[in-house]
Amino acid sequence: MFRAARSSLSLFVVIGALAVLWEVVKLLGGDPSEAWTPPFQWTVASDLNMPHVWDIAASFVQPAQRNGPPLGLVLVNAGIFTFREAFGGFVFGAVLGLALAIVFVHSSLLERALVPYVVASQTVPIIAIAPVLVIWLGGGWLAVALISAYLTFFPVTIAGLRGLRSPDPRALELMRSYASSSRDVLWKVRLPAAAPYLFAAFKVAATASVVGAIIGELPSGIRDGLGGAILNFNQFYVSGPPKLWAAIIVAAIVGIGFFALVRVAETVVLRGRVAPSDA
Amino acid sequence: MTRRLAYYVPAVAVFVGVLGLWELVVRAFGIQQFLLPPPSAIAFAFVEHFDELTTVGRNTLVEAVGGLVIGGVAALVVAFATARWVTASRTLLPFAIAANSVPIIAFAPIMNNWFGILNPLSKMMVVAVLVFFPIMINTLRGLTLVDQASLELMRSYAASELAIFAKVRVPNALPYIFTALKVSATLSLIGAIVAEYFGGSRSVLGQFIITEAAFFRFANAWAAIVVASAVSIAFFLIILAIERVAIPWHASARIADSS
Amino acid sequence: MSDSIVRVRGVDKVFGAGADKTPALQHIDLEIPRGAFVSLIGPSGCGKSTLLRLIGDLTQPSAGTVEVNGKTAHRARLDRDYGMVFQAPVLFDWRTVQGNVELPLEVSAKDRSARADRAKAMLALVELTGFERRYPWQLSGGMQQRVAIARALSFEPAILLMDEPFGALDEMTRERLNIELLRIWKQTGTTIVFVTHSIPEAVFLSTHVAVMSARPGRIIELIPVDLPQPRNDLTREDERYFGFITRVRERLRGREMGRPGAAEVAAS
Ligand SMILES: Nc1ncnc2c1ncn2[C@@H]1O[C@H](COP(=O)(O)OP(=O)(O)O)[C@@H](O)[C@H]1O
Ligand SMILES: [Mg+2]
Repeated sequence: MFRAARSSLSLFVVIGALAVLWEVVKLLGGDPSEAWTPPFQWTVASDLNMPHVWDIAASFVQPAQRNGPPLGLVLVNAGIFTFREAFGGFVFGAVLGLALAIVFVHSSLLERALVPYVVASQTVPIIAIAPVLVIWLGGGWLAVALISAYLTFFPVTIAGLRGLRSPDPRALELMRSYASSSRDVLWKVRLPAAAPYLFAAFKVAATASVVGAIIGELPSGIRDGLGGAILNFNQFYVSGPPKLWAAIIVAAIVGIGFFALVRVAETVVLRGRVAPSDA
Repeated sequence: MTRRLAYYVPAVAVFVGVLGLWELVVRAFGIQQFLLPPPSAIAFAFVEHFDELTTVGRNTLVEAVGGLVIGGVAALVVAFATARWVTASRTLLPFAIAANSVPIIAFAPIMNNWFGILNPLSKMMVVAVLVFFPIMINTLRGLTLVDQASLELMRSYAASELAIFAKVRVPNALPYIFTALKVSATLSLIGAIVAEYFGGSRSVLGQFIITEAAFFRFANAWAAIVVASAVSIAFFLIILAIERVAIPWHASARIADSS
Repeated sequence: MSDSIVRVRGVDKVFGAGADKTPALQHIDLEIPRGAFVSLIGPSGCGKSTLLRLIGDLTQPSAGTVEVNGKTAHRARLDRDYGMVFQAPVLFDWRTVQGNVELPLEVSAKDRSARADRAKAMLALVELTGFERRYPWQLSGGMQQRVAIARALSFEPAILLMDEPFGALDEMTRERLNIELLRIWKQTGTTIVFVTHSIPEAVFLSTHVAVMSARPGRIIELIPVDLPQPRNDLTREDERYFGFITRVRERLRGREMGRPGAAEVAAS
């Protein structure tokens, strides 16, 4: 409890420090105003490129479009939409990833045949195959979730493979001495041993799934999520720079939030086993 | 030697089998090119557009490598600077990890505005930010997660902090750094391609793929995808080779790659 | 004992504070003559490692003083009077065998050729000539521990502190290394403080065995072991050797002093 209070305090301190730093940069090299002429002129620090912190904050309550709902509400909805895609992708990816790991642990032939392609799959620029997937699946929520799953399954498979192999060989021999089935070995020895590895991978996967969802939205023409919002506000950037920044902030919150959620789940599930790793 | 080769037989068999089946299915069911071009069409497109693919591939690779260098150097500097103060790095690490779960590609349009949409630097910066956190986090871990007994040993020699840093912490961090670099090699190429999606020079892999896909010339798009993935694998292998040379002692006592 | 290299006087060591307060050592007095081979023996958790670390200035006493080589333990550490060997070899993966042995010399800024010569000599001492270019993982556990000993000896420490150095090795390797360690001790004339769990090992190696008790950690008795030097495989068959073993064992069980132990009987 005390720790939670302290870490959220330091969170505010860091965010505050970032905001102050931001404004200091603008004071040094931003656009001149009546009250103050900055000593330098940096294009990066202009109001167009680095809107004032308060302008970004204000943009959340101003309407996104004339007579529309406030930007904050629009972005929250977009954030929820993207999170849903990401969560779908996360679940698909985690299940597929773990299933592959279990198969590979039991069949060295399949492992040798397929693991190289599992690794190679991550070198394929997902954004490039997204248009193809969208055509196949008829651009919708599902296509984006699948794209997200494509980025998610990989860390789970790799960590799962390592985790399922992690039990002490003596523990496996002990189970064999009980003449237990390989299913028992899986449930009673391998999976519990793999749990910490899996959670480490889930945390990576949570981030990857949000990235996947945002990337997936770009070529699929879906405009209800954060990817769509970023694309949209980028197009009309000149008319409202703070809006793009607001969208990025919400994207960051979704990413960090999903990560934090998995972290909490890890703490609960692995309670009393090991201290939660910090990654 | 033959045993080693035998190890790869299943993987090669899958490769040949999948390509064959793919070709066969596309032909047998008369699947439209825009849904799934057969491998032969992709190979043909590759040959036909070889020159263009080399150009766009090279341009994208420059962005990726440039970004990796910028982000990697920045990450190493920050990690080395903060590792000297244990409390500073302990406070920093959770925030770096949180920042690492921010979808960095969202910054691509911002970088276009900052550095100029046609300037390759705008793509490099996306890559730089993308690889910064994994490299920094791993380096910091490598510098701080040092065997307690090693530190005690150095203390018994009355070694200075500097000597401990140079002789224990840095060598301990090298495998962590290489692990991060291997991940970042792939990441940098994907990051560059995604950044290209937000506009800029047309003579890059990302734009090539988008354009060809938009005109339903999927064989060309797939040829470019194959190039992207081949370049990325080559980049990874180069870093792997450097690792083998730089930390030969580690090759056999390989610690688990942390991701 | 006028020429004591180690003087531990009235030392208490308490870990933690408040409710977690653990008294690890209580009122320790110990004098170690120069050139001696002293073993610390006692049940697990009685504070053997803590006492060793106090002597080596890796931790500080809560009360009392530790003097080494006529100065404070801290001063002695800065003067590089210590060689340390732990239960694990603690070799650096990224250094060759020779590189590991040279490490303390590098830290004390010896020049390169002097370092190489010294490392070669130390490796010869532990009979590892020919393994200079190997990496630690290419060696067996016993060989790794010998590298650790060579490393500890490389800058001619006034005192060698060893914490269960052979605890993880098999019995045969351990007996061979015991003989080697005695030879090295004779050859270098260094003082050795040696922590062990094994009564026969303590008796075989030592000129003095310090028997410790647990909770609170104290030295019950410092038993001089006057078996003839040099010791060898015949020592292990000596009747008095068994006498000392019995005596240490009884002291560990907490028998009263004054009652004639088997050792005295055997000795007379
Ligand atoms: N750093 C420490 N912090 C707290 N307690 C310690 C620490 N080191 C040792 N202890 C405690 O001191 C006692 C003696 O430990 P130690 O010297 O390691 O025993 P031995 O080496 O004889 O097995 C034990 O009860 C141990 O739990
Ligand atoms: Mg101990």
